[in-house]
Amino acid sequence: MITRFLWQGMTRNLRLFVLLVLAVGILVPLSNLLLPPDSAFRMPSWAVQLVGKYLCYASLALAVDLVWGFCGILTLGHAAFFALGGYCMGMYLMRQIGTRGVYGNPILPDFMVFLNYKELPWFWHGFDSFWFAAPMIVLVPSVLALALGWFAFRSRVTGVYLSIITQAMTFALLLAFFRNDMGLGGNNGMTDFKDILGYSVQSDTTRAVLCFVSALALAIFLVISAAIVGSRFGKALTAVRDAESRMRFLGYRVERYKLFVFVLSAAMAGIAGALYVPQVGIINPGEFSPGNSIEAVLWVAVGGRGTLIGPVIGAFIVNFGKTYLTGALPEVWLFALGALFIVVTLLLPKGVVGLWTQVMNRSRERRARAAA
Amino acid sequence: MKAPGITHARSTSALLYLSGVSVSFDGFKALNNLSLLVEPGEMRAIIGPNGAGKTTMMDVITGKTRPDAGEVVFDGRADLTKLDEASIATLGIGRKFQKPTVFENHTVRDNLLLALAGMRSWYQLLTAAPSKAENNRLEEILSIIRMGPQQHMLGARLSHGQKQWLEIGMLLAQNPKLMLVDEPVAGMTDVETETTAQVLREVNKSHSVVVVEHDMSFVRALGVKVTVLHEGSTLAEGSLDQVSADPRVVEVYLGR
Repeated sequence: MITRFLWQGMTRNLRLFVLLVLAVGILVPLSNLLLPPDSAFRMPSWAVQLVGKYLCYASLALAVDLVWGFCGILTLGHAAFFALGGYCMGMYLMRQIGTRGVYGNPILPDFMVFLNYKELPWFWHGFDSFWFAAPMIVLVPSVLALALGWFAFRSRVTGVYLSIITQAMTFALLLAFFRNDMGLGGNNGMTDFKDILGYSVQSDTTRAVLCFVSALALAIFLVISAAIVGSRFGKALTAVRDAESRMRFLGYRVERYKLFVFVLSAAMAGIAGALYVPQVGIINPGEFSPGNSIEAVLWVAVGGRGTLIGPVIGAFIVNFGKTYLTGALPEVWLFALGALFIVVTLLLPKGVVGLWTQVMNRSRERRARAAA
Repeated sequence: MKAPGITHARSTSALLYLSGVSVSFDGFKALNNLSLLVEPGEMRAIIGPNGAGKTTMMDVITGKTRPDAGEVVFDGRADLTKLDEASIATLGIGRKFQKPTVFENHTVRDNLLLALAGMRSWYQLLTAAPSKAENNRLEEILSIIRMGPQQHMLGARLSHGQKQWLEIGMLLAQNPKLMLVDEPVAGMTDVETETTAQVLREVNKSHSVVVVEHDMSFVRALGVKVTVLHEGSTLAEGSLDQVSADPRVVEVYLGR
């Protein structure tokens, strides 16, 4: 039944795309590990790390699209779920440092010694074990999404008001995590990670595996999202997006539909964040900044809202542009981002994927006309 | 609320029973001591000039407006004046509004599937494929509303008339005991109007229907008992020929 459920949403295009994602996740790290350093096809280590990072962003974009594109909930706080997953991973990685920290304390991470902590805060217990941290990566963002969604959807908070609430949530978390007495590293966050599951986070092999796991996670999220969107539940979901009150009138408990995708999407974002942290080597409160969530929405808009492939493409395009421009012309990036937002809103309501479908349809029509 | 909206004060065999219903908005009497009886299985046409209280009557029946006075009883036992819209809908009163609102990004068939009575819980819908019984029911509804050939068309691409028929089909899919249909042929061509009358006659084979309409040729094509409303109360009742012959009706409505 599970396989039938997972298979029901897989169109031919999507199958190809999932294969492409997996191919990137396999070939990029492999070329780095196996090819000789002077080979033209060898990906440098920094590129593997970059691709891994983009793959995590793509998962976040897909999570945003699931609630925004398919259910009409414009979330402006999804980076918070991403960051929470990242913090759970960060806490695990901090505990793995052990006596190798600057202060050499076997239990307390460096920042706690520095801030005169005498013992580990209660919520740090268990995070020395990966098998405790892993479920937390999913649970912490999900529970927050469940609580927020429960109240918001039940009170029928929709549209811009919901966006404002999600934005306020991420801003509140930003302020909270900046405080030193939160016990989560304050404004410096957590860094200087050494090992993950006993392997050095600095080594090329570990980075290659992390890049592959990020691609695998994205592929799994794509399959799950496709199954949901292609099911009868998915039909109800898009109907909620298009005419919510009509669905209520038909007897659907709209808030439960919204809550389910919202929580699922938060869990996806959390996993993406957890994979992101060991690859970039740091997590700090900046990840909660409201701008990050808005940027994630922009990736979806650029790629194509309400399509499954779109957010992945959008995340890659925008982040590639960001990496390039912030290196080449750092002062231009924010203007470029703003311009992109205007151009996409005005000219590409369905994003790059929408443009592609439009072009394909037009050329098919032209061919049909030529044949006639 | 006392006993949950169920009253035994009046037992009636009628499906819908309105007695002495009055509603006023800022002193304007939209309904004035209105009485109406609809028998099970009946189709009734309600006509009347603008402002006669047709839509207000529908609002009272569906719980959107509370009457100031009077009784509204459904199915011989449920006091509709004490129930909200959702509970009235679950009791089995379905309403089609004047303006059609179909799901534009869904096909005709999916629109009907979403409306189909039964499956509403999200976890069932995640894995459920439409059952054989559901598919049969969809085919049946598609043939009643004559949209079999358009079943894979998107809601957004339908003509105004087709949207109205799809709405009727979606109402039918919810399988209500009583269907309230508000001005189904407004803005339709003559041919479409004729088809709508046929569709509703077919719907009436299995459902009780109350139709509010201005269009006289449509009401004639329905060929059912007509109630004429005027200034919030019943002016005349009978076949269309009978009421057309009534001099009071001629004066307030048909003669003008």
